[in-house]
Amino acid sequence: MLKHRIIPCVLLKNWQLVKSIQFRDFRTIGHPISTVRIYNARNVDELIVLDIDASINNEEINLELIRDMSDECFMPLTIGGGIRTIENIYQVLNAGADKIAINTEALENPDFIRQASNIFGSQCIVVSIDVKRTEEGQYKIYNKKLGEIERDPFHWAKECESLGAGEILLTSIDNEGLQNGYNLELLSKMAKFVNIPIIINGGCGIPQHCSDAIMSGADAVAASSIFHFSQFTPNDIKTDMKQNGLSVRI
Amino acid sequence: MSDSIVIIDYGMGNLRSVQKAFEHVGASAVISNDPIVIKNSTKIVLPGVGAFKDAMQNLESLGLIHVLNTEVIEKKKLFLGICLGMQIIAKKSYEFGETEGLGWIDAEIVRFTDTALKVPHVGWNSVEFEHSSPLFDGIPDESDFYFVHSYYFDADHHYASGITEYGDKFISAIQKENIFAVQFHPEKSQKYGLKIIENFVGLTSC
Repeated sequence: MLKHRIIPCVLLKNWQLVKSIQFRDFRTIGHPISTVRIYNARNVDELIVLDIDASINNEEINLELIRDMSDECFMPLTIGGGIRTIENIYQVLNAGADKIAINTEALENPDFIRQASNIFGSQCIVVSIDVKRTEEGQYKIYNKKLGEIERDPFHWAKECESLGAGEILLTSIDNEGLQNGYNLELLSKMAKFVNIPIIINGGCGIPQHCSDAIMSGADAVAASSIFHFSQFTPNDIKTDMKQNGLSVRI
Repeated sequence: MSDSIVIIDYGMGNLRSVQKAFEHVGASAVISNDPIVIKNSTKIVLPGVGAFKDAMQNLESLGLIHVLNTEVIEKKKLFLGICLGMQIIAKKSYEFGETEGLGWIDAEIVRFTDTALKVPHVGWNSVEFEHSSPLFDGIPDESDFYFVHSYYFDADHHYASGITEYGDKFISAIQKENIFAVQFHPEKSQKYGLKIIENFVGLTSC
């Protein structure tokens, strides 16, 4: 039986490890390589590393850092941030990544999803979608470089799926860093729209939040604050999920 | 003579992780697509992530199809296929049209068709051991390994060494004489994945 994944999400900014709250107030929290080493020792299911400034600064991702991180990583590694070309994907995969996450380039050039999945296979292509709720209660895509996007996030996710995306990494900016639970309304609506796996991100503060997300339609949960700022480990979450009757790899 | 392990580089990603896994268990493996290096090796590893058609085209344009057939089928060198490297040894794949594979095992690569399933099959899933294989020595039955694929290896269970359930049951590991292959990624499957690599390193040729 397929297990639900618990995925620590590591944010990089200027090649340092940071943690944000609602995509602002970045705090530097340590060294990326040692963090990856700790997650590997903790036997986590997977790791997502996103460089949040790469697209804005038009920077390419730091391949040497990816190489060093992947050397510590005997688990799947997803890399995102500033991936704009097929050549970038080759470079990142050759540096040891297993999957790539695209966000800005997908929004600017949706056909890039199709090209990338044709070459590398859908299973390699994660489309990352950052969503904000407006005061009127509508969900809008928000991109750090492009700002608010006039495109419905649910239809966009569906389009990504039909273009060949293998997974959706869905982040609720409003919940990000607050540790008060995932946006289950957003998640359950998204789960009705797409058939590909959804990794929900933003808001995890206690193990129960992860079970709640899985029961609302997520295939996997991503989290960062809980691991940086609380005593809970990925294994604590899995133990809790197992007690809730969910299948996890212990 | 000590083993020389070659990891075939045919432009299909993921090679460094495989090489690091070999290093982690105390073996060294070179990454190469040079026919001479492959001929001088004692063990061949064919990893791979991506589309079947590209993989076959790349093997062909690098002149490696003949080399692999000679080294693995005629000379019986120990072979480990990983993920796409398992699929490629089948007769035929239906990914993006029909493409012929190496044809070492009578199998077809087909897509998961159950519409209730999410495809690709991504994540940790358990492997039930079918026929005993030295690749799984020291690993508990039904351990979890990491899978990422949309197509699976459809064949008679005669050569199946591992079975995994996703909708239906499918073959997640095979062994035919000197040919070993796994659909999952041992290099990404933490402790038990590394044990598989270690077991492959420890195998001695027939």
